[in-house]
This record gives sequence, structure tokens and C-alpha cells, in this order.
Amino acid sequence: MEVTDIIKPENQVFSKTCLMTDANLSYCPGCGHGTAHNLAMEVIDEMGIVEDTIGVAPVGCSVLAYDFMNIDITQAAHGRAPAVATAISRTWPNKYVFTYQGDGDLAAIGTAETIHACNRGENIVIIFVNNGIYGMTGGQMAPTTLAGMRTSTSPFGREIETMGSPLKITELIANLPGTYYVTRQAVHTHKHVRKAKKAIKTAFKNTRLKKGLSFVEIVSNCNSGWKMDPNESNIWMEENMFPYFPLGDIKVKGKLK
Amino acid sequence: MSELRLMKGNEALAEATIRVGADAYFGYPITPQSEVIEYLMTQRPENRTGMVVLQAESEIAAINMVYGAASTGKRVMTSSSSPGISLKLEGISYMAGAELPAVIVNVVRGGPGLGTIQPSQADYFQSVKGGGHGDYRLYVLAPASVQEMADFVEDAFEIAFKYRAPVLILSDGLIGQMMEKVVLKDQKDRMPDEEIIEKYGDWATTGKKGRERNIVTSLDLQPEKMEARVHRLLKKYEQMEKEDLRYEKINCDDAQYLIVAYGSSARISQKAVELGREKGIKVGLLRPITLFPFPKQPLFELVNQVKGILSVELSTGQMIEDVKLAVDCKVPVAHFGRTGGIIHTPEEILEALEQKIIKNGSN
Repeated sequence: MEVTDIIKPENQVFSKTCLMTDANLSYCPGCGHGTAHNLAMEVIDEMGIVEDTIGVAPVGCSVLAYDFMNIDITQAAHGRAPAVATAISRTWPNKYVFTYQGDGDLAAIGTAETIHACNRGENIVIIFVNNGIYGMTGGQMAPTTLAGMRTSTSPFGREIETMGSPLKITELIANLPGTYYVTRQAVHTHKHVRKAKKAIKTAFKNTRLKKGLSFVEIVSNCNSGWKMDPNESNIWMEENMFPYFPLGDIKVKGKLK
Repeated sequence: MSELRLMKGNEALAEATIRVGADAYFGYPITPQSEVIEYLMTQRPENRTGMVVLQAESEIAAINMVYGAASTGKRVMTSSSSPGISLKLEGISYMAGAELPAVIVNVVRGGPGLGTIQPSQADYFQSVKGGGHGDYRLYVLAPASVQEMADFVEDAFEIAFKYRAPVLILSDGLIGQMMEKVVLKDQKDRMPDEEIIEKYGDWATTGKKGRERNIVTSLDLQPEKMEARVHRLLKKYEQMEKEDLRYEKINCDDAQYLIVAYGSSARISQKAVELGREKGIKVGLLRPITLFPFPKQPLFELVNQVKGILSVELSTGQMIEDVKLAVDCKVPVAHFGRTGGIIHTPEEILEALEQKIIKNGSN
């Protein structure tokens, strides 16, 4: 029996979504971004909404998200994706509009845009990948860098006294009346991938029902920035990131859990 | 039916924006242009035409909202005044780079810094020399009346979509705040979504339907591709100069002396020309209507006719650099202008012409 005898539609149990391009991902091996991209694209594919979906890419590691996501995408200035998405959603109220942002983009330079888009309850989805570091620029301190964590701009570890505490932006925006669904997920194990996908699907369904803003945080590793091998970084994430950024739903159907 | 109204410049601009069928306005209050968003809010444009009006959390958010709506082929505007425009420059540069059509209005006040809320023309450099980072220019229209505040809205959208580029209406606190009669054109329909999807399907991000995906970005990491993008922009600017240069000549036919002024200064200089003519001085006015492209050739054509040029602007001298470049040292050029929010009088301008040009041996 040849391989081609096995590869038949009826034997197929899984296929890559056509909404991911064939371009090589620019992410480091072991990074969670690729999985997060894939989940968002699978959801859009499965819901059959690609013709009405407009993505907004950030600045950061995922600045080239448009190379990998086979959908219409506008790439925003650093931190401004929620403002860009606001206008697209307001002028195309029946479209599915989402932003894909990292921690520096969403919780540092774009804090105002994030908070106000959430507060207005824009009918959009925000996918927030939090890996506690600036990956693209080479491992500088992020707003979500943990206390004591070493980065190239906190070489002796983040000192709370002078650098402030890691920002729990997700809890912060969950307290705004405009947010409808706020959840924190991960993508480093099969179990977590399944949950994260479900969360992203819930978020896009909320857009369909015009429920307002859905916010899906994905706590991810940055093995390069953390200077660990991928597996080690996932263990470190579970032991250090999850206690400070606990996984699970924070707000469901407009009500805090 | 067109309609005759008595309005402030800012209000006329806002009303015209609804009437040309704009899809959205995003703004943030700042004196002396807050009447634009205030007027729009009183009009309930969502009921009149379906136009979206939103007060953003900052000028930065507002310009990025403009970027977002423009990236989907919608007709969208923002307005602000000098310090607010400084904040918007990042977004304007991104729009120039990403080749997005939009209209930005600057009702200029005095600076630098927080400066003053009084009128000024000190944002000339910022407007015509790029302003934000990178190799780009804005097509800049300078209204000199409340009527032009209304009329230039349509012109600006036309140019923005012709070239897929951001266009700036450079007004000032005087034109924005003063009341004049204005003839408003009839209401035009907004473009239906289906038409936008069809018409701008080769670039706008309206959802991937029946075509390959569209990507709006100003990023090109490959040097050759980035250079090609910059050259594409350059070609647009050259075409603007050939096809869409605008200026006005008043009493230039027999002029021995010339005043060059735009916007409110042109309006005041027109009176100075009248006063000069009453005194027997053969003075004319060349008024650039587009500041970029600048009327270089029309100015150069006058170098053998006039003995001297007075460049008049509410600044310490910015446009004068373009006037000097245009006349290529063939005729003396001097600057006159008040700053700090003080508006020069026609008499002051005429006196400056007499002192700096006529008595200075240029004849």
C-alpha cells in the first residue's frame, strides 16, 4: 500500500484551515503565537464568516500576522488596534472585527485605546497574547513582566519599587460595563488549546449577536525572550505566570465571575 | 436645492461634511475647532444620512479611527487644531504610507507648545513638508473664507480618493470662528456598502469575498519593495502638481509689486492691495490655494514683471522659503507677519510692502 492510498478524504481526520497561508511562520519554534493564530482562523473558517471578517494586526511579534492569516487585515500603528477596529466596526456594523495584540501593544502604549474601546462596549473581539515580554524588539520589559523577572531592560529583575507591578489589564477591563465576555486562556497543551478555541468561538458568536466587547487573553510563553528551551518555558509559565495571571473566565454574559 | 446660511467656518465645514455624503467623523475637542464636532452632534447625522460621529478618547485614537474606516474604503474625516494635529501625525504618516484616503482638518492656533487659542499660520512647515516621519507629503488646501470651508470638503475627498492619499485642509482660528454667508450644496447620498466593496475591491479590507485577501499596511521589510512604495508616493505628488495645483491671481496683470499670501492672510492682503492701488501702488496678490503642491511656476512667471515680493503669513516666516525657492533669487523677497495670535491689518501689510520692498531699492 502506498501513502497515496491512505491519503483520501474519507480517511482524513484533520486538515489545516485554508485561512492559514502556507508562509513560514516568523515566530520562534515553541512560541504560542502560531497556535493562537491557527485557533482564530479555525474559528472563522468553521463559523463560515471569512467574507465578513476584518482583522486588525498590531505592532510587535505578530506585526506580520497578515502574512499568515488568509483574511482581509489592516495593520495598525503600535497600540492603536482597538481604535482602528472601533471605526471599522462602527462603519460596518454587520462585520466581524477583531484585533490581535501583544502585551506591549495592548497594555502599555495602547492602554488608552484598549480601555476606551472596552468602556464603549465596541462590538469587536480582542485577542490578547500575553507573554510578559517584548519579543520582537529583543526581550525588553513589558507591562506584564513578572516581579523579579529578568529582561534586557530589567537586567537585575523587575523591581516593583521603581518599575511598578505587572499590570492585570484583563481584570481591569473586566470591571468596565462595556465588556461582555472576558476570559484568560493558554495554548501550551491540547487541553488548553481546546478551551482557548472554545473561548475564541464564544467571542465571535458574541459579535454575531451584537453583545459588545469580547476579550480573550492567551497567556503564552516566549522561550527566546525568557531564554529557555520551549518545554522549560512552558513549565516556567505554569509555575510563575499562571499564579499571577490565573486561567479561566473572568466575566461571562456581562457578569463578573 | 442649495441653501444660503449664516455660519461659522467650523460649522460650515461640518455641515458640508454631512452633505457630501461622508461616512464618518472621528474627533476630539480642542479650541478653536470644537464647533465641528459640536455641530455634528447636534445634527444627529446618523439619522440624516447614516454618518457615524464619535468623540474619541484622544486625537491619537481619533486619527487611528480614521485610519481604520479609511482602510475599508469609507469616506472619513477628522479635525483638530495645532497641538492635536501634532498628536495625529503618527497616524497621518501611516495613512500616507498605507495609501489611505482621508480628510484631515487643521484649524490652526498659535504655538509652539500649548501656545495660544488665537489664530495663526505657524503650522505651514508641518503641513507641507511632511510633518510626520518618513518620505511623504500631504495635498494641502487652504480656505480663505467660510464658503471655502464648506466647498473644500468635497474637493478634499475627491483628491483623497483620486490619489488614495490623506488630504489636509489647512484653515486657522480666524476662518474657523468667523461668521459669513455660505451657500451649501444639496445633500448627496453616502456610497452604498456594495458599491464600496466593488469599487475599492482591489485594496480595501471589507472582508475576503470572491477575491484574494486585501492587506492594508505601511510596512515593507524588503528594501527594494519599500523603495518602490516611496517612489509610488512620489509619482502621486508629481501628478498632483501637474493636474491639481490651485492658486488665484488678483490684480497681477499690471503689478509691479506682489504679495503672496494664503488663507486668512490672503483675505487681509486683498484689502491691502486695494489700499495700495488707491495710493497708486501697482500691487497684486498671488494666493496659493494648494500649499502642496505649491504654485512655483505661476510665481516664477512673474519674476520679470515684478520688482519685489512680500510674503505675508501669520508666522515668523515659513511659506517665504517656498516663495524664495520658486523665484530662484531673481527678485527680492521679504516676509511680513504677526504672531502670538495677533492678526495683521491691511494697513500694516501695505506699510510693510512700502518699507521692506518699495523703499528698499527694489525699484
